Amino acid sequence: MRISCPHCGERDHGEFAYYGDATKRRPDGASDVETFFEYVYPRDNPAGSHRELWYHVGGCRAWIVVNRDTRTHEIFSVEVARKRGEPSQGAGAGAP
Amino acid sequence: MRYSVFSVLSQALKGNTGWKPVWREPEPKAEYDVVIVGGGGHGLSTAYYLAKNHGITNVAVVERGYIGSGNIGRNTTIIRSNYGEHGNIPFYEWSLKLWEGLEQDINYNAMVSQRGVLNLYHSDAQRDAAARRGNTMRMHGVDAELLDVAGVRKLVPNLNFDNARFPVYGGLFQPRGGTVRHDAVAWGYARAADSRGVDILQHCEVTGIRVENGHALGVETAKGFIKAKKIGLACAGRSSQVAAMAGLRLPIESHVLQAFVSEGVKPLIDTVITFGAGHFYISQSDKGGLVFGGNIDGYNSYAQRGNLPVIEEVMEEAVAMFPSIGRLRVLRHWGGLMDMSMDGSPIIDKTPIDNLYLNCGWCIGGFKATPASGWCFAHLIAQDAPHEVASAMRLDRFATGRLINESGTGAQPNLH
Ligand SMILES: Cc1cc2nc3c(=O)[nH]c(=O)nc-3n(C[C@H](O)[C@H](O)[C@H](O)COP(=O)(O)OP(=O)(O)OC[C@H]3O[C@@H](n4cnc5c(N)ncnc54)[C@H](O)[C@@H]3O)c2cc1C
Ligand SMILES: [Zn+2]
Repeated sequence: MRISCPHCGERDHGEFAYYGDATKRRPDGASDVETFFEYVYPRDNPAGSHRELWYHVGGCRAWIVVNRDTRTHEIFSVEVARKRGEPSQGAGAGAP
Repeated sequence: MRYSVFSVLSQALKGNTGWKPVWREPEPKAEYDVVIVGGGGHGLSTAYYLAKNHGITNVAVVERGYIGSGNIGRNTTIIRSNYGEHGNIPFYEWSLKLWEGLEQDINYNAMVSQRGVLNLYHSDAQRDAAARRGNTMRMHGVDAELLDVAGVRKLVPNLNFDNARFPVYGGLFQPRGGTVRHDAVAWGYARAADSRGVDILQHCEVTGIRVENGHALGVETAKGFIKAKKIGLACAGRSSQVAAMAGLRLPIESHVLQAFVSEGVKPLIDTVITFGAGHFYISQSDKGGLVFGGNIDGYNSYAQRGNLPVIEEVMEEAVAMFPSIGRLRVLRHWGGLMDMSMDGSPIIDKTPIDNLYLNCGWCIGGFKATPASGWCFAHLIAQDAPHEVASAMRLDRFATGRLINESGTGAQPNLH
């Protein structure tokens, strides 16, 4: 599988680290437990199109959103996460 | 037909012409007391123990492919009970005990081989962690031995002990661990369940679960609607999809795990060895092929095939541990769908829907659990209460915070 990074072009997926479901949005810190539970644990886990976060750790270090078919590994689109208004996932190295 | 020395000898005299298919291929009945969705190891063992332990024989196992097409026929056959968490240890130890008596119980040769499982350590810190795990196991009555380098040398002389980066310091050894012929487990449980009256329905995909007013009533299948008093889901990598048919969302991601077999060679490795400085494990099959694997590929997948970065990593780890196998050729490799849970531990529980029960979240290690999983799931379905050794494997633990986080990596399925 090769992923086309918007900055670096087509690269082996071994250069990227996977973070998972990109439809999840970190709730406001004051949210209740149920809201945080929903954010952290349940997943749609679709067989088919899946929007997911990858980190180009072996390249430009951008976070990207990849839309990929989980049945065939075919990639439909790749975008820079920030452009899509992806929310911050928290602080610290390795977090988007 | 009961298998025995006499049945084998008499068949030999008849030129092996008298063997019969080992299970029936019935048409679905209109209604069952229990329908199990998924004819993998867990579904089949559940059906068997429902019949054997609880006298519930009006049971169907509904399988979308053929028996053995899922992970039960794709795993690397390792069994062990070297766990470290309260919720896990008694369960996996019960499973190992069931393996020890399985072949006599189901009258089927599953080639249970207690050749031991050796987890290498490569630093002082890892030795301390291994000692702690070994002590935890022994306090629970599980066998464990902490080996130093000399001990490991005796067991596996051809390891690369003086690897410059990851020298072998020793290992934690569980002598009762080992391997079991995976296909034979599926066939043996299928035959044993069938002979107690269980219907095994192959090529019969479940496409829907009928739920009314919070009660599950039956399953829609490729062969029509089947009514069921109770339904148990044991669909491994497809658990999210099947649970979604009843409106449930699970704390599960599906990932792909690959495995590899080399060409056959003379006896080289007579135990199961795991590398402590990466994710790699290896054993040798009775045919002589080296059976090995490593990490999951690390991204959601339903493809049953993996990609090259993991293959490269696995091969590197293989030759780092055993430089002598560098010239061997890989004969086959394949992948299977893992139901990776959010804490790396399984779920055996009721669901919020009446009469609908859930068995999933086995991650990369559910083969060893096959007997105990079936035992406990059958208990749950028959008694409507969890079996004591599986009582921590609840679906609501993610909401209540009672996680069973063996690897301590948090809700990140690709790190378990
Ligand atoms: C490469 C690899 C190596 C592994 N190595 C080990 C190991 O060494 N030790 C260990 O303990 N574990 C190992 N595992 C994990 C282990 O194989 C699994 O955790 C375990 O087999 C899962 O349970 P199962 O046998 O019931 O799964 P499966 O055999 O996958 O059974 C699930 C069944 O459900 C069926 N199904 C799905 N959807 C439907 C539907 N809609 N309708 C009807 N049927 C359906 C599937 O077709 C499948 O047959 C490994 C797995 C893989 C892939
Ligand atoms: Zn890049």
